[in-house]
Amino acid sequence: MNSLKLWTAIGMLVLASSAGDVMLSAAMKRIGDLDLIRVEKGLLGVIGHVVREKLFLLGLCCLIFSFFCLLTALSWGDASLVAPASASLTYICSAILAKFLLHENVDRRRWLSAALVCVGVLLLVK
Amino acid sequence: MADIRVKFKKIFIYLAIACCNGTGDVLLKRGMENLGEIHLNHWTHIFNAFIDPWIILGILFLAGFFYSYLTALSWADLTFVLPATAFGYVVTAFLSRVFLHETVSPWRWAGVLLITCGVGLVARGPSLTERRTKDTALGKDSSHAKDAALPKEQHELA
Repeated sequence: MNSLKLWTAIGMLVLASSAGDVMLSAAMKRIGDLDLIRVEKGLLGVIGHVVREKLFLLGLCCLIFSFFCLLTALSWGDASLVAPASASLTYICSAILAKFLLHENVDRRRWLSAALVCVGVLLLVK
Repeated sequence: MADIRVKFKKIFIYLAIACCNGTGDVLLKRGMENLGEIHLNHWTHIFNAFIDPWIILGILFLAGFFYSYLTALSWADLTFVLPATAFGYVVTAFLSRVFLHETVSPWRWAGVLLITCGVGLVARGPSLTERRTKDTALGKDSSHAKDAALPKEQHELA
Protein backbone atom coordinates (compact mmCIF):
# COMPACT_ATOMS: atom_id res chain seq x y z
CA MET A 1 0.00 0.00 0.00
CA ASN A 2 2.79 2.35 0.94
CA SER A 3 4.71 1.59 -2.23
CA LEU A 4 1.55 2.09 -4.35
CA LYS A 5 1.11 5.50 -2.68
CA LEU A 6 4.76 6.34 -3.35
CA TRP A 7 4.68 5.29 -7.02
CA THR A 8 1.42 7.20 -7.60
CA ALA A 9 3.15 10.33 -6.28
CA ILE A 10 6.20 9.63 -8.49
CA GLY A 11 3.94 9.05 -11.54
CA MET A 12 2.11 12.35 -10.96
CA LEU A 13 5.45 14.06 -10.44
CA VAL A 14 6.83 12.70 -13.74
CA LEU A 15 3.75 13.65 -15.79
CA ALA A 16 3.48 17.13 -14.28
CA SER A 17 7.16 17.96 -14.67
CA SER A 18 7.41 16.63 -18.28
CA ALA A 19 4.31 18.60 -19.31
CA GLY A 20 5.71 21.67 -17.51
CA ASP A 21 9.11 21.34 -19.25
CA VAL A 22 7.54 21.06 -22.69
CA MET A 23 5.29 24.10 -22.07
CA LEU A 24 8.23 26.17 -20.75
CA SER A 25 10.35 25.23 -23.74
CA ALA A 26 7.60 26.23 -26.18
CA ALA A 27 6.98 29.48 -24.24
CA MET A 28 10.69 30.44 -24.18
CA LYS A 29 11.02 29.83 -27.93
CA ARG A 30 8.10 32.23 -28.48
CA ILE A 31 9.67 34.89 -26.24
CA GLY A 32 13.14 34.70 -27.85
CA ASP A 33 16.71 34.90 -26.49
CA LEU A 34 16.52 36.09 -22.85
CA ASP A 35 20.11 37.40 -22.91
CA LEU A 36 19.31 39.74 -25.80
CA ILE A 37 16.12 40.96 -24.08
CA ARG A 38 18.08 41.58 -20.87
CA VAL A 39 20.69 43.64 -22.72
CA GLU A 40 17.91 45.72 -24.31
CA LYS A 41 15.38 46.10 -21.50
CA GLY A 42 17.08 44.94 -18.28
CA LEU A 43 16.06 42.23 -15.82
CA LEU A 44 12.61 43.76 -15.19
CA GLY A 45 12.00 43.74 -18.93
CA VAL A 46 12.83 40.03 -19.01
CA ILE A 47 10.43 39.31 -16.13
CA GLY A 48 7.75 41.39 -17.86
CA HIS A 49 8.15 39.46 -21.11
CA VAL A 50 8.14 36.09 -19.37
CA VAL A 51 5.13 36.55 -17.07
CA ARG A 52 2.96 37.86 -19.92
CA GLU A 53 3.34 34.56 -21.77
CA LYS A 54 0.31 32.38 -20.90
CA LEU A 55 2.04 29.13 -21.84
CA PHE A 56 4.83 29.97 -19.37
CA LEU A 57 2.30 30.48 -16.55
CA LEU A 58 0.60 27.17 -17.38
CA GLY A 59 3.97 25.38 -17.45
CA LEU A 60 4.88 27.03 -14.14
CA CYS A 61 1.64 25.73 -12.54
CA CYS A 62 2.59 22.21 -13.69
CA LEU A 63 6.08 22.59 -12.18
CA ILE A 64 4.72 23.95 -8.88
CA PHE A 65 2.35 20.96 -8.69
CA SER A 66 5.28 18.62 -9.44
CA PHE A 67 7.32 20.33 -6.69
CA PHE A 68 4.62 19.53 -4.10
CA CYS A 69 4.48 15.95 -5.43
CA LEU A 70 8.27 15.80 -4.98
CA LEU A 71 8.12 17.04 -1.37
CA THR A 72 5.34 14.54 -0.61
CA ALA A 73 7.18 11.65 -2.31
CA LEU A 74 10.41 12.58 -0.47
CA SER A 75 8.58 12.36 2.84
CA TRP A 76 7.17 8.91 1.96
CA GLY A 77 10.22 7.29 0.40
CA ASP A 78 14.00 7.36 0.35
CA ALA A 79 15.52 10.37 -1.40
CA SER A 80 17.95 7.99 -3.09
CA LEU A 81 14.99 6.20 -4.71
CA VAL A 82 12.58 9.10 -5.35
CA ALA A 83 15.00 11.57 -6.98
CA PRO A 84 16.70 9.23 -9.49
CA ALA A 85 13.54 7.25 -10.34
CA SER A 86 11.49 10.38 -11.06
CA ALA A 87 14.37 12.05 -12.91
CA SER A 88 15.05 9.16 -15.28
CA LEU A 89 11.34 8.70 -16.05
CA THR A 90 10.91 12.46 -16.58
CA TYR A 91 13.92 12.41 -18.88
CA ILE A 92 12.47 9.76 -21.22
CA CYS A 93 8.95 11.20 -21.02
CA SER A 94 10.20 14.72 -21.91
CA ALA A 95 12.32 13.46 -24.83
CA ILE A 96 9.26 11.70 -26.30
CA LEU A 97 7.05 14.77 -25.77
CA ALA A 98 9.76 17.06 -27.25
CA LYS A 99 9.94 14.89 -30.36
CA PHE A 100 6.21 14.72 -30.99
CA LEU A 101 4.88 18.01 -29.58
CA LEU A 102 7.82 20.40 -30.12
CA HIS A 103 9.04 18.59 -33.30
CA GLU A 104 12.62 18.74 -32.05
CA ASN A 105 15.30 16.99 -34.06
CA VAL A 106 15.94 14.15 -31.57
CA ASP A 107 18.69 12.40 -33.55
CA ARG A 108 20.67 9.23 -32.69
CA ARG A 109 23.12 11.25 -30.61
CA ARG A 110 20.30 12.57 -28.38
CA TRP A 111 18.51 9.21 -28.04
CA LEU A 112 21.84 7.59 -27.09
CA SER A 113 22.48 10.35 -24.59
CA ALA A 114 18.93 9.97 -23.21
CA ALA A 115 19.50 6.22 -22.78
CA LEU A 116 22.92 6.73 -21.13
CA VAL A 117 21.55 9.32 -18.71
CA CYS A 118 18.49 7.18 -17.92
CA VAL A 119 20.56 4.05 -17.17
CA GLY A 120 23.07 6.19 -15.24
CA VAL A 121 20.32 7.69 -13.10
CA LEU A 122 18.87 4.21 -12.43
CA LEU A 123 22.33 2.96 -11.35
CA LEU A 124 22.33 5.73 -8.74
CA VAL A 125 19.51 3.84 -6.95
CA LYS A 126 21.76 0.75 -6.47
CA MET B 1 34.32 38.99 -30.19
CA ALA B 2 30.66 39.33 -29.19
CA ASP B 3 30.12 35.81 -30.49
CA ILE B 4 32.81 34.41 -28.17
CA ARG B 5 31.22 36.20 -25.22
CA VAL B 6 27.82 34.68 -26.07
CA LYS B 7 29.45 31.22 -26.30
CA PHE B 8 31.08 31.70 -22.88
CA LYS B 9 27.73 32.72 -21.38
CA LYS B 10 26.16 29.55 -22.77
CA ILE B 11 28.80 27.30 -21.17
CA PHE B 12 28.45 29.25 -17.91
CA ILE B 13 24.66 28.83 -17.92
CA TYR B 14 24.97 25.08 -18.67
CA LEU B 15 27.26 24.74 -15.61
CA ALA B 16 24.99 26.96 -13.47
CA ILE B 17 22.01 24.69 -14.27
CA ALA B 18 23.92 21.59 -13.12
CA CYS B 19 25.45 23.11 -9.95
CA CYS B 20 22.34 24.95 -8.71
CA ASN B 21 20.15 21.89 -9.34
CA GLY B 22 22.46 19.50 -7.46
CA THR B 23 23.12 21.82 -4.53
CA GLY B 24 19.42 22.74 -4.24
CA ASP B 25 18.40 19.08 -4.04
CA VAL B 26 20.97 18.30 -1.31
CA LEU B 27 19.73 21.28 0.74
CA LEU B 28 16.07 20.21 0.30
CA LYS B 29 16.94 16.69 1.46
CA ARG B 30 18.65 18.13 4.55
CA GLY B 31 15.56 20.27 5.25
CA MET B 32 13.01 17.47 4.79
CA GLU B 33 14.96 15.36 7.31
CA ASN B 34 14.19 18.07 9.92
CA LEU B 35 10.51 18.15 8.94
CA GLY B 36 9.73 14.44 9.18
CA GLU B 37 7.00 12.45 7.42
CA ILE B 38 3.95 14.18 5.93
CA HIS B 39 0.58 12.46 6.53
CA LEU B 40 -2.35 12.91 4.14
CA ASN B 41 -4.77 13.91 6.95
CA HIS B 42 -2.32 16.60 8.10
CA TRP B 43 -1.21 17.69 4.63
CA THR B 44 -1.03 21.39 5.65
CA HIS B 45 2.06 20.32 7.61
CA ILE B 46 3.88 20.65 4.25
CA PHE B 47 3.73 24.48 4.54
CA ASN B 48 6.04 24.24 7.58
CA ALA B 49 8.71 23.47 4.99
CA PHE B 50 8.81 27.18 4.10
CA ILE B 51 10.11 28.20 7.55
CA ASP B 52 13.01 25.75 7.55
CA PRO B 53 16.29 27.60 6.72
CA TRP B 54 17.72 24.62 4.79
CA ILE B 55 14.63 24.47 2.60
CA ILE B 56 14.66 28.26 2.05
CA LEU B 57 18.33 28.06 0.98
CA GLY B 58 17.49 25.06 -1.23
CA ILE B 59 14.65 27.01 -2.84
CA LEU B 60 17.01 29.97 -3.48
CA PHE B 61 19.43 27.63 -5.28
CA LEU B 62 16.54 26.12 -7.24
CA ALA B 63 15.41 29.66 -8.20
CA GLY B 64 18.91 30.27 -9.61
CA PHE B 65 18.59 26.97 -11.43
CA PHE B 66 15.21 28.00 -12.82
CA TYR B 67 16.51 31.32 -14.19
CA SER B 68 19.48 29.60 -15.90
CA TYR B 69 17.15 26.90 -17.18
CA LEU B 70 14.75 29.44 -18.74
CA THR B 71 17.64 31.34 -20.34
CA ALA B 72 19.03 28.11 -21.81
CA LEU B 73 15.57 27.10 -23.09
CA SER B 74 15.25 30.46 -24.86
CA TRP B 75 18.16 29.55 -27.20
CA ALA B 76 18.34 25.74 -27.14
CA ASP B 77 16.19 22.63 -27.59
CA LEU B 78 14.62 20.96 -24.54
CA THR B 79 16.44 17.70 -25.37
CA PHE B 80 19.74 19.66 -25.37
CA VAL B 81 19.15 21.37 -22.00
CA LEU B 82 17.76 18.31 -20.14
CA PRO B 83 21.13 16.49 -19.80
CA ALA B 84 22.42 19.53 -17.90
CA THR B 85 19.70 18.98 -15.29
CA ALA B 86 20.67 15.28 -15.13
CA PHE B 87 24.28 16.38 -14.55
CA GLY B 88 22.93 17.89 -11.33
CA TYR B 89 22.77 14.30 -9.98
CA VAL B 90 26.51 13.98 -10.50
CA VAL B 91 26.94 17.16 -8.43
CA THR B 92 24.56 15.65 -5.84
CA ALA B 93 26.67 12.46 -5.64
CA PHE B 94 29.83 14.50 -4.99
CA LEU B 95 28.14 16.76 -2.42
CA SER B 96 26.59 13.75 -0.63
CA ARG B 97 30.04 12.17 -0.44
CA VAL B 98 31.82 15.32 0.76
CA PHE B 99 29.26 17.16 2.94
CA LEU B 100 26.70 14.56 4.05
CA HIS B 101 29.42 11.87 4.35
CA GLU B 102 27.21 9.29 2.62
CA THR B 103 28.91 6.25 1.15
CA VAL B 104 28.69 6.31 -2.63
CA SER B 105 28.81 2.70 -3.92
CA PRO B 106 30.72 1.67 -7.10
CA TRP B 107 27.31 1.25 -8.81
CA ARG B 108 26.56 4.91 -8.14
CA TRP B 109 29.94 6.00 -9.47
CA ALA B 110 29.17 3.92 -12.59
CA GLY B 111 25.87 5.82 -12.87
CA VAL B 112 27.74 9.11 -12.49
CA LEU B 113 30.12 8.07 -15.28
CA LEU B 114 27.24 7.14 -17.65
CA ILE B 115 25.44 10.45 -17.01
CA THR B 116 28.67 12.35 -17.64
CA CYS B 117 29.14 10.50 -20.96
CA GLY B 118 25.53 11.25 -21.97
CA VAL B 119 25.91 14.94 -21.12
CA GLY B 120 29.25 15.18 -22.96
CA LEU B 121 27.73 13.53 -26.01
CA VAL B 122 24.77 15.88 -26.32
CA ALA B 123 26.68 19.04 -25.32
CA ARG B 124 29.06 18.61 -28.28
CA GLY B 125 26.15 18.32 -30.72
CA PRO B 126 23.95 21.06 -32.18
CA SER B 127 21.96 23.01 -29.59
CA LEU B 128 18.93 23.97 -31.66
CA THR B 129 16.88 22.15 -34.32
CA GLU B 130 17.54 23.80 -37.68
CA ARG B 131 14.02 24.28 -39.02
CA ARG B 132 15.19 24.83 -42.61
CA THR B 133 17.43 21.75 -42.80
CA LYS B 134 14.95 19.51 -40.98
CA ASP B 135 14.78 16.97 -43.81
CA THR B 136 18.54 16.58 -44.37
CA ALA B 137 20.43 13.53 -43.10
CA LEU B 138 20.62 13.86 -39.32
CA GLY B 139 24.09 12.35 -38.81
CA LYS B 140 25.76 14.67 -41.34
CA ASP B 141 23.86 17.65 -39.97
CA SER B 142 25.01 17.15 -36.37
CA SER B 143 28.67 16.45 -37.24
CA HIS B 144 28.74 19.60 -39.36
CA ALA B 145 27.34 21.71 -36.51
CA LYS B 146 29.86 20.13 -34.10
CA ASP B 147 32.76 21.08 -36.35
CA ALA B 148 31.41 24.59 -36.69
CA ALA B 149 31.01 25.04 -32.94
CA LEU B 150 34.35 23.54 -31.89
CA PRO B 151 36.86 26.17 -33.12
CA LYS B 152 34.96 28.92 -31.31
CA GLU B 153 35.03 26.99 -28.02
CA GLN B 154 38.74 26.28 -28.38
CA HIS B 155 39.33 29.92 -29.20
CA GLU B 156 37.49 31.01 -26.13
CA LEU B 157 39.31 28.57 -23.82
CA ALA B 158 42.64 29.87 -25.15
